Amino acid sequence: MSYKNPTFSAFGKQAILITWEEIIDEKLLKFILQYKNIIQQNTIKESVEVINTYNSLLVNYKFVIDNIYNEISDIKKLSEGVQFSDTVEVNQFSIPVCYDEKFGIDLEEISVKNKLEVSEIISLHTQPNYTVFFTGFLPGFLYLGGLKKELYISRKKSPRLNVKKGAVGIGEKQTGIYPQNSAGGWQLIGNSPLTFFDTSAKNPSPFQAGDKLKFEAISLKEYDEIKKQVTNNSFQFQKEVYEY
Amino acid sequence: MSIKILQPGLFSTIQDRGRVGFAKFGIPKSGAMDLYSAKIANLLLGNSENEALMEITLIGPKLEFTEATQISITGLSASAKLNNDEIGLNKVFEIKKGDQLHIKQISQGARIYLAVKGGFEIEEKLGSKSMYAPITNSSKIEKGDEISYHPFNFSEEKKHAHIKFNNDYFNDELEVFAGPEFEQLSETMKANLLRKEFSISKNNSRMAYQLEEKLENNLQAILTQPVLPGTVQFTPSGNIIILMRDCQTTGGYPRIFQLTEESINKLAQKKQGDKLTFRLINL
Repeated sequence: MSYKNPTFSAFGKQAILITWEEIIDEKLLKFILQYKNIIQQNTIKESVEVINTYNSLLVNYKFVIDNIYNEISDIKKLSEGVQFSDTVEVNQFSIPVCYDEKFGIDLEEISVKNKLEVSEIISLHTQPNYTVFFTGFLPGFLYLGGLKKELYISRKKSPRLNVKKGAVGIGEKQTGIYPQNSAGGWQLIGNSPLTFFDTSAKNPSPFQAGDKLKFEAISLKEYDEIKKQVTNNSFQFQKEVYEY
Repeated sequence: MSIKILQPGLFSTIQDRGRVGFAKFGIPKSGAMDLYSAKIANLLLGNSENEALMEITLIGPKLEFTEATQISITGLSASAKLNNDEIGLNKVFEIKKGDQLHIKQISQGARIYLAVKGGFEIEEKLGSKSMYAPITNSSKIEKGDEISYHPFNFSEEKKHAHIKFNNDYFNDELEVFAGPEFEQLSETMKANLLRKEFSISKNNSRMAYQLEEKLENNLQAILTQPVLPGTVQFTPSGNIIILMRDCQTTGGYPRIFQLTEESINKLAQKKQGDKLTFRLINL
């Protein structure tokens, strides 16, 4: 597997940007993540962090790079002769979501606009095995791929000022979870009792780019039970190894 | 020993050099907006460059010190009183127990930095003391807060008189590198951007500075991509937005320029109505 000819460029004097064609594609993501690992393993000395988006890698340095063109050529060389694999091993998460009307305050609106029963919306939302492409926008906000076309819907005309932590929503072609209370313009369909972003933990979020995620519908009663476990720190994320 | 906040001022925060290595969680870098002035404040006291200090914006706080220490205040120009005496900037001051410091107005520039000898004693969150909610509990200093600092033994005193604050650093010309989407601009657009004088709009914060002037834009929005402090975004509606230290880690607008570190510091000292130009430089 290979994706040829990315563009390598200096992004200021402390970062190098590698960009592939502008597509949202799982195969490209898997390729990018393998490249990211190679860079991380080989530039531990100077580079502080490599992050990815759908079609690019940003290699962020702690200090100004003396000769950025040498550095670019070194990074290019890292991938030469490396056999990229078609499959990657990631974590598969199961995320409980309560789609009760208490949380799913926009289910009615989607039902009317997209001509679907509320039960169909829930079924369509819980079917896919979503891919975590990357985290961005807000701390802990996951960019997920895999939403069913039938659920595409425009954002609210004006954003709500206070969307609750854990709210699950749909905006255009994307679905996602609000990791903390914030303003937000997505159509809200449910809420997850889990904590997605914990600043007191060394690893504030359990999710990594490439991970897989399924939503699991739960009742209000189950929601309250899980919420209790989360509050007294006895909840463990449900995850298993997944290869794709 | 601590500083008691009698009045917080317009927007005062604690900042160090920022939170490095957490962009993969979508966490902004944060850190002092003007790292040059912040560095001078720490060096004047013999502190390490990364020591946390207080960033003060436009209208300053009124503070009381509960123990003796040394402080430095750096920036372009501000009216400040230590007890009843008017004091100048970019110097070290001896503080006695019970002294009150009142920083009224920043008269030149937008931000000044207050450092204490040995730094503030604050818990680090994800490797930094920089305030950014929800990483830290609050996003700014509030009335009634008490901020602890390390004890200072006067016998350790060293003079750092050779460190000078350079006012000329803060001119109106921002040096920029070409950004990832720069080459997609038409030649006319490039010329306009580099010739025109811009002014700072009222939408300016630790997150981003939006410019007042709008320019016609031939670029479309892009697929969400990495951004950095100092990235200049050009929106399809023609707005120019310069991302600053608290910016998001990803964004969907074309990135036409990348400011040098020095230019980010310069811009941090600009306020609504101030002018600037861009000058393209090569790596």
